[in-house]
Amino acid sequence: MKNAIGREIPEKISGIAEIKPFAGAFATVPEMRRQAPKVKRIKPTDNKLVDNLVEVFKKIPVTDGMTLSFHHHFRNGDGVVNMVLATAAQLGLKNLTVALSSVFPVHAPIIEHVKNGVVTGLDTNYMSGPVAQAVSRGLFNKPVVLRTHGGRGRAIECGQLKIDVAFIAAPAADAYGNLNGVEGPAACGSLGYAFPDAQYADHVVAVTDYLGEYPLSPISIPQTRVDYVVKVECVGDPKGIVSGTTRITKDPVGLKIAETAAKVIQATGLIKNGFAFQTGAGGASLATAAFVRKMMEKDNVVGSFALGGITGYMVDMLEKGLFKKLIDVQGFDLEAIRSLATNPNHLEVGADFYASPFNAGCAVNQLDVVILGATEMDTDFNVNVVTGSDGVIMGGSGGHADAAAGAKVTIIVANLLRGRLPIIVDKVLTATTPGETIDVLVTERGVAVNPRRTDLKEKFLAAGLPIKDIQELKELAEKIAGVPKEVKTGDNIVAVVEYRDGTIIDVVRQVEG
Amino acid sequence: MDLRRSMLFIPGNNPGMLQNGGVFGADSVILDLEDAVAPMEKDAARFLVAHALRTVDYGSSETVIRINPLDTFAAADIKAIVPCCPDAILVPKVESAADIHQVIAMIAAAEKPGQTPVKIIALLETPCGIVEAYNIAKADPRVVALALGAEDYTAGLGAMRTKEGTEIFTARTVLINAAAAAGIQSIDTPYTDANDEEGLLADTELAKRLGFKGKLSINPRQIDVIHNVFSPSLSDIDWAEQVIQAIRKAESEGSGVASLNGKMVDLPIVNRAETILHLAQLLGLMEEKK
Repeated sequence: MKNAIGREIPEKISGIAEIKPFAGAFATVPEMRRQAPKVKRIKPTDNKLVDNLVEVFKKIPVTDGMTLSFHHHFRNGDGVVNMVLATAAQLGLKNLTVALSSVFPVHAPIIEHVKNGVVTGLDTNYMSGPVAQAVSRGLFNKPVVLRTHGGRGRAIECGQLKIDVAFIAAPAADAYGNLNGVEGPAACGSLGYAFPDAQYADHVVAVTDYLGEYPLSPISIPQTRVDYVVKVECVGDPKGIVSGTTRITKDPVGLKIAETAAKVIQATGLIKNGFAFQTGAGGASLATAAFVRKMMEKDNVVGSFALGGITGYMVDMLEKGLFKKLIDVQGFDLEAIRSLATNPNHLEVGADFYASPFNAGCAVNQLDVVILGATEMDTDFNVNVVTGSDGVIMGGSGGHADAAAGAKVTIIVANLLRGRLPIIVDKVLTATTPGETIDVLVTERGVAVNPRRTDLKEKFLAAGLPIKDIQELKELAEKIAGVPKEVKTGDNIVAVVEYRDGTIIDVVRQVEG
Repeated sequence: MDLRRSMLFIPGNNPGMLQNGGVFGADSVILDLEDAVAPMEKDAARFLVAHALRTVDYGSSETVIRINPLDTFAAADIKAIVPCCPDAILVPKVESAADIHQVIAMIAAAEKPGQTPVKIIALLETPCGIVEAYNIAKADPRVVALALGAEDYTAGLGAMRTKEGTEIFTARTVLINAAAAAGIQSIDTPYTDANDEEGLLADTELAKRLGFKGKLSINPRQIDVIHNVFSPSLSDIDWAEQVIQAIRKAESEGSGVASLNGKMVDLPIVNRAETILHLAQLLGLMEEKK
């Protein structure tokens, strides 16, 4: 069957319980109640501290077929996932599902656990590195579920991602299970992606290498939801967790794109008091923030809030009074951690608060503008951030589809030519974010506006911006680089791409070789 | 008159930059075969630049190629590049009218029948070049601009290159004067600290005050600042329009003498006003003003 954006979705996919095709960004209305988590109790004299992971596995007990969840705030410095899965393998457990909000190169040992039958399922929002490559080549017998950050929160709340045990890597914990991310050697800032896990998992285990005095302060995840605390030698490598400072790109093409994107934002008329903004930490995205900042400073604009992954750059804007608040679901650098720990206007929120479509309102809905990237975009403005030019998985939505759906204006910044490949194609290999939620594409050679947004196009033309039809931009790119050969994929479905509302927007098929 | 507010150097051995050189909106791009390219890579760069000229769309940017000096690879550069129809050649280390004549002979020999004659911009970067500035500017109608290369020039003087640029003051004014006397453009030396936007602004404003018509640039990030300085401001345009109105009024009244706000409007003032309005027209500023 074809879904609402014309992607062919099988009616049945082995290993996936129910297939609901994507019907439109806001078409699916939930008719259900939230999952009721297990009610817990503890006696006053009970002790939550457990000596090691083996012991906690036995106490719970962790059994074959369970779903173990993890957050990705330690990024490529994470030590906890590998530690927990090694314990599972050591105890001879089989058939586990790993629900890890993002998979990084450091998680390569998962591959061996899959081959040995310890792990048989993967549920994630983003993956890069050896695991992603192995998934693309058919590592799992059933498809990996790729969600959005908001969609994962929704799936947990709605009971569609049922977590048996949440292992929460905690930079700091007290012995009674209060956790935060701003202290200890593995400080990572916000613990937002673990909030839904802590609320809804049957069992919650904090894994830490830094035990503070009771009561820990601040508290990000409270003792009321944490069953066990395990102290280990080391939870992760700080070098892989945070960067020292996040720098603005010096790539002249990236800067050109960023500057144009900032002019686009200015032309929307949204840069005024109360401006709410989200941008990524990389390349042209952060550089756009720098240009927007100049405009805000020039016109004395005080924004309402900046959202999303928080960098030192955003912290500086908060401290200089350019934004009144930061809403932080994930911090990227040491400045973000310092600010979260000390500034009451720097708010730590969970994935559901950030972006879940099925609650009484998430933060992305309050955004004026979001700046996002893309590996591919088609002439219907559908965006791919999952597969690369070789068809291999190299990312995932993360908050992409969530922020795109929520913001008043969603802008994609991308080089029209990446390496020697045009970014605009007739049909993206993998649709991640539907074109109806994308408003503008900004490239170094022109700006394309979604035909749905005639209002924006008029404003941009009036501002003298280099507006081109998306087809025209595509042809321009092809004139320079030629038309790329279509990527050949096999029939085997290695991943399903779930839209934030739980419907299937696309599938990823196995690459050859 | 061609606009050369900004002339952006693009390394001739960098395919990515050659491909993207047209996206930054510089009035001219200078595809560089000289300083940006190591001696071992001259052949490859020449090939790349020739190919770029034939295939890459540089949009509204004029295409200028900086060749190597006459005593090194200039002949091979000209032979390979000129048939690819660049708009102009930037000749480094020009020291005399004879240098220009030598280059023109090679260019003429390389041009295809019917090809638009390739222009010449002379880069003066030695004390000798500055002394000969006027003769170089007048050497041939192909010479459309003199440009200053202050790094080599200061080394030639034995002076220290500073951000304030006191040491190049004479070279700047001599070059500007020679170009103006010959009726061609003068282009200022690049500001080499790409991270110092304030310094660039001050240096470019000084260049404009002295009489330069544009500035060489070593980084795309510099272009906006340079354009802002060299583009007529709205008050410039207002003034120019008033001048033209005053002169028309005087003409219609049969008087040869016009005045504006108590000052006499004579021919040089009218010329300046016309240049401003011409620039404003080219840059679409008249529309913006309305």
